[in-house]
Amino acid sequence: MSFHPAMDYGRGLHRSARALPEEGPPFAYTEAHRQALESICARYPPDQRKSAILAALFLAQRQQGYLTRTAMRHVAGVLGCTAAEVEDVVSFYTMFYTRPVGTYVLQVCRTLSCALMGAERVTEALCVQLGVRPGETDVTGQFTLIEVECLGACDRAPVVGVNDEWQECQQPEDARRLVDGLKAAGTASLTGCHLRVRGDGPA
Amino acid sequence: MMNEPLLTRHVGEPGSYTLDFYMQHGGGYGALRKALAMTPEAVVDAVKVSGLRGRGGAGFPTGMKWQFVDRTSPRPKYLCCNADESEPGTFKDHVLMERNPHLLFEGCLIGCYAIGAKVAYIYIRGEFHHVQAILEAELAQARAAGLIGRNIFGSGFDCEIHVHRGAGAYEAGEETALIESLEGKRAQPRLKPPFPAVAGLYGCPTAVNNVETLCNVPLIIDRGAEWFAGLGPEKNGGPKLYCVSGHVRRPGVFEGTMDTTLRELIYDERFAGGIRDGRALKCVIPGGSSVPVLLPDQLDGPASFDGVAAAGSLLGSAGIIVMDETTCMVWAAENLLHFYAHESCGKCTPCREGCDWLHRILGKIERGEGQMKDVDLLLSIANNITGKTLCAFGDAAATPVLTTVKLFRAEYEAHVREGRCTVPAPWRSDARAVAAH
Repeated sequence: MSFHPAMDYGRGLHRSARALPEEGPPFAYTEAHRQALESICARYPPDQRKSAILAALFLAQRQQGYLTRTAMRHVAGVLGCTAAEVEDVVSFYTMFYTRPVGTYVLQVCRTLSCALMGAERVTEALCVQLGVRPGETDVTGQFTLIEVECLGACDRAPVVGVNDEWQECQQPEDARRLVDGLKAAGTASLTGCHLRVRGDGPA
Repeated sequence: MMNEPLLTRHVGEPGSYTLDFYMQHGGGYGALRKALAMTPEAVVDAVKVSGLRGRGGAGFPTGMKWQFVDRTSPRPKYLCCNADESEPGTFKDHVLMERNPHLLFEGCLIGCYAIGAKVAYIYIRGEFHHVQAILEAELAQARAAGLIGRNIFGSGFDCEIHVHRGAGAYEAGEETALIESLEGKRAQPRLKPPFPAVAGLYGCPTAVNNVETLCNVPLIIDRGAEWFAGLGPEKNGGPKLYCVSGHVRRPGVFEGTMDTTLRELIYDERFAGGIRDGRALKCVIPGGSSVPVLLPDQLDGPASFDGVAAAGSLLGSAGIIVMDETTCMVWAAENLLHFYAHESCGKCTPCREGCDWLHRILGKIERGEGQMKDVDLLLSIANNITGKTLCAFGDAAATPVLTTVKLFRAEYEAHVREGRCTVPAPWRSDARAVAAH
């Protein structure tokens, strides 16, 4: 019985699937990452190491590009929780990747404020530029294009996240410049956040 | 209307985020020094008298929230600063954290002192990585200057502030889901009661406050609760940040008192400067995507918690999304339900199943494949979500549907009758069918 009498589970409305991430090669943190993680664990009570799980997964992802089952088991061992608990978290949060991604992950914000300013056409232009559909990585393996929900930069719409940086006020006709800029100069070619006032050093 | 901004006065100046700048031009941790000379109870009382209401969305009185925290509990107490800022159309906390982080730290420290906490966690959304870098660097500065840590100002008060990075989950902005996420789990809400003030982080008494809320606290301690309460309308005192986005000439974050009207915020040259390209206004979402739509003739009341409620909506997070006449309301509802279907945490059946279902039906209508009975089905599903979930997400997700069908039913019916989108806009994609995922 569904929560609503008109809902028919038989017609494909109910979708539930658990796709196991790939096993992957053996994984262990580098010494630097292990130390960084221990200093983050120290922010929480000694019996609450699991609080550092998001940070631990970000570090593993930085090290390997995406998260595999071996990486999740390693994280579980380091934090003292089960691998199932780690997979539970990985599968919930959108910033964790369980498949390989490009050097640059282009995240076009698709939510209302950006959409009102033309985000749909920005995605389209980037699809053409890269020869991919949203969710795919281009043939060079350099660029992954995804659509994401509100990035919190609605006054500089449409905004495109590139890894951990922002490209603000992106228009469809800027697609080529964005891609070429990244190829030539990496994330330094991005606008960054407009709140970084001219004259301010990098924080 | 106040003369000068209080929270964002210096945010456009180079180096405004540094400790040196804050000591010279900002509050300079003077309010913390003052608070530490008061009893914690007196600090809570001051915040109560000021009438400060939570800036995260619900507008709950902050002083009362702090009073509920059991200071006599033998367990540790915690302050969590909600910097998840994920409500579509909201981008105010970003400015405060990036350009005025020490004001936030000062607010956190005063809050910890008031509730008897020795640790505050700033839960920042994962996508604000560049903001987190500033927070971490400035925390280190404040720590080195003895403003955070042991025996602050020789008062015997110890306090630590840590930044905790989220990883992409709208639901983490709900206070109990934020706590779950901080504990290293999925960001899913808890059954309430018990409220966090009784059993929050690690089962300990916890206060969860929004960034902007905490940034107001030093002002209250510094200049007095009565002064604060007197800024703006009764029961809606203090400075307020408004985020205006969408089809306006000058989108951005604007500070005002809550006697400013929505019409001023959208049209006035001091604020967003009117609708772009000389087009006509169609409607406004005044408080982030989760609140009811207002029509152009409903914008003359004050943009306060009570004023927007009187107009039939909610101030919420003060994320004002402006839509001009080129906007299709079925498309807008479809866009927002894509968001809610994607972000539903999955804990409660009506929300998990209902949001996805609403999104599919809206997509069908927008593509011109809908039937007349689908419009009523939308209302029926939305009404079966509202009030039937653990947290406010369910109501929030139902709102775009309920409010657009109520105000723009003719537009829905025209889509069905003509078998196409009847309000296509040049800024939308025409090649791409409404995303089916």
